[in-house]
Amino acid sequence: MPAAAAAAAPAVAMRHIEKRFGAVHANRDVHLTVMPGTVHGIVGENGAGKSTLMSILYGFYQADSGEIAIEGRPAKIPGSREAIALGIGMVHQHFMLVDTLSALDNVMLGAEPGWRLLRARAEVRAKLDVLMHDTGLVVELDALVADLPVGERQRLEILKALYRGARILILDEPTAVLTPQETDALFVTLRGLRARGTTILLITHKLKEIMALCDAVTVMRQGAVVLDSAIADTSIDGLAEAMVGRRVQLGREAGAVVHTAGPLLLSARGLQWRDALGVLRLDGISLDLRAGEIVGIAGVSGNGQSELLDVLSGMLAPAAGTLVLGDKTFTHGRWLDTATARELGLAHVPEDRHKRGLVLPFAAWESAALGYQRRYSPRGWMQQRSMRDDCAQMMERYDVRPRNPALRSSKFSGGNQQKLVLAREALPAPKVLLVGQPTRGVDIGAIEFIHGRLRAMRDAGGAVLVVSSELDEILALSDRVIVMNAGRISGELPIDACSENALGCLMGGAEVAAAA
Amino acid sequence: MSQPIELPRWIDVAVLPAFNLALALLVAGVVVTFVGFNPAQVMTLLVKGAFGSATGLSYTAYYATTFVFTGLAVAVAFHGGLFNIGAEGQAMMGGLGAGLAALAWSAALPAWLMLPLMVLAAALFGMAWAAVPAALQAYRGSHVVITTIMFNFIASALLGYLLVNTLKEPGNMTPESRAFAASAHLPGVHEALGWLGIEWPKTPLNLSVLLAIAAAVLVYLGLWKSQAGYAVRAVGFAPEAALYAGMRPKRLVMMAMAASGALAGLVGINEIAGVHGRLLPDFVAGAGFAGIAVSLIGRNHPVGIVLAAILFGALYQGGAELAFEINGFSRDMVFMLQGLIVLFAGAMAQVAAPMLARAWKAIGARRG
Repeated sequence: MPAAAAAAAPAVAMRHIEKRFGAVHANRDVHLTVMPGTVHGIVGENGAGKSTLMSILYGFYQADSGEIAIEGRPAKIPGSREAIALGIGMVHQHFMLVDTLSALDNVMLGAEPGWRLLRARAEVRAKLDVLMHDTGLVVELDALVADLPVGERQRLEILKALYRGARILILDEPTAVLTPQETDALFVTLRGLRARGTTILLITHKLKEIMALCDAVTVMRQGAVVLDSAIADTSIDGLAEAMVGRRVQLGREAGAVVHTAGPLLLSARGLQWRDALGVLRLDGISLDLRAGEIVGIAGVSGNGQSELLDVLSGMLAPAAGTLVLGDKTFTHGRWLDTATARELGLAHVPEDRHKRGLVLPFAAWESAALGYQRRYSPRGWMQQRSMRDDCAQMMERYDVRPRNPALRSSKFSGGNQQKLVLAREALPAPKVLLVGQPTRGVDIGAIEFIHGRLRAMRDAGGAVLVVSSELDEILALSDRVIVMNAGRISGELPIDACSENALGCLMGGAEVAAAA
Repeated sequence: MSQPIELPRWIDVAVLPAFNLALALLVAGVVVTFVGFNPAQVMTLLVKGAFGSATGLSYTAYYATTFVFTGLAVAVAFHGGLFNIGAEGQAMMGGLGAGLAALAWSAALPAWLMLPLMVLAAALFGMAWAAVPAALQAYRGSHVVITTIMFNFIASALLGYLLVNTLKEPGNMTPESRAFAASAHLPGVHEALGWLGIEWPKTPLNLSVLLAIAAAVLVYLGLWKSQAGYAVRAVGFAPEAALYAGMRPKRLVMMAMAASGALAGLVGINEIAGVHGRLLPDFVAGAGFAGIAVSLIGRNHPVGIVLAAILFGALYQGGAELAFEINGFSRDMVFMLQGLIVLFAGAMAQVAAPMLARAWKAIGARRG
């Protein structure tokens, strides 16, 4: 493959791409060359401009200036229709599928060969059967999308793009929703596609995946390309440094001590919770949190981790179960509420900081009092001076930028919003800290900072519970890992017994045997 | 992904609304020309009618007082994430409350006791009328938009029923109550100024205008300086964040709607206690619905609402003057102008923003 590809014109050549959104310079003089039949990684922090660049390639945005050539021919791409006609396909991070239609109809939607749908379906099915056979992308065509597992939905998205004649496939964070095993299966598929000559552009922030799959990589920072390299000439550390612009320390330090846990701070037994449809989403969860430990909850998103956080923090009352927090005991009939939880020294950094952690239209100093509003209003009136002062102090100690308490909460970047929420919850030194997705949508520099703060809380004798869908994060932070699957705990491992493989099996639902 | 346009605050709160208003007037001018009138003359008469004399000014302020109450009512609910379409009905009930209190006690009680009692009754009746839809929303999930609309009809029917069957003065053909005793009369501004020795023409403008100003100040303090207001706004913007923060969203919904209903109820004071001195059926006359527009144009902020209420008051008063001065100029033309203002300054308030942003950027670029 490489010999043939080297002679050909690049599959994608973007030259001098410029794009501004108001004051934001999203792409500055970007060059991107992707050779046909290769997998090309594009990495960068949030806001580095990689999504903008791909949106320009797929026709969502128009570049302010610059040239694009597809397979050697100059191209204008005013919309996704033209992009598809040029053989470009895109698989979005959030799938663009209609849940209530069958897989087959989803492929056909917008690309119907005729108005008579029965005949059209037969035609599409025949073509898809060939395609599935050739690529190994197998999907149950007659199943409703709503019934398909996530991995299969993703295969369907890829199939949909290929059916539309994609020779250049853009994948935006394809592994964000997959288990390690599903990720491996996806990579096998992608290697197979590459062998058939499909060009693949992989947008990700997981550097390990870049190293495992890609032939070449482009690193972007602040809208510009900072590194363009064959994969053989670079390393994970080199990529991370290029992304952030300085050396970063992620993951466990070599020889990190495994902490011995102290007294019991929180103990939950037999938690059950049903959703509005009566489906049991938490099915008998029991766990203990001790002083001086970080417990990680691993699992594929949607297996009850979010509900567990909500029940433990008082956002939801369970259908059954008990909770001992400090010297107070709660049972399912009389559950704790969020205000009581705070009084008892249980703080919560919610998974969704936009809906829960902050009130986006509030000024930062107002959001910085969320949950503590009563402490700022002993006589019913908000003490705005001290709210502002405290917010300024949070910003100082947690390096929130810009340091402007009067700025709207929505105007901060994801990392800075998260630092503000964490500062609010962690600075009062709670006994127990629940953290949901501590670094989702947060750039690498802030990840390092946030992880450091969580470890510091643990070292100061706090109990920290971290729910994360990023295995790397679980492995980097935890002293003990609990794995959830389908609302149950499928296994618990001390950190030194954790391997990605063992955790992956548990996440997939294999019971405790997998640990061996 | 595209960045929202950033306008300096002073352009956003001052230039943009002024621009929208000018646009509305321009389009209205075109329509007026088409119909065959001279837009310059119409405009001059309108402004003169509304602001040109002590009488005109007083009428404008009198209308504005009612719009301040209903505008604030809509705004308070809005900050709690609730669209209260029921200010109309709540205002009717406020009038009923004030009227019943006056009918019951005005013969016995002195004014210094009677008037506060009427204010209290108006607020409580408005509050109670808003509390039912609020409870249905908070505890049963019935949408407050639907229920408040329906409660407008119920209020109207109830008021009509009571006036026709129970409260009507014997021997009177119109469905009106008997006149209240003097202690239930809220003094007009001309009377109040008269005590101070200042001459002022007799108009419906009464001391409710002070109540309206006080209400605007209270709403500002309540929403932005009190813990309850903080919680109400949190619920309005992000219900989940409010729950997360240990607030009680259901109770806050009740509170916001109750405050909203009480404000709307105060319309009854301006009309029943201040002007008519008796209970009658249609004293609200659409002011509750106008309050939605006033709140929208005033950006749900008390200062904006006071300004928008004065604008609407001026249109009412200037419009009445116009219909009187120009032969063939009907009130419908004034309604059209109101409609255009709601359209340009309310519904399409942000349409001109990108243009102004570009203009602002161009000016900035030229400067340096």
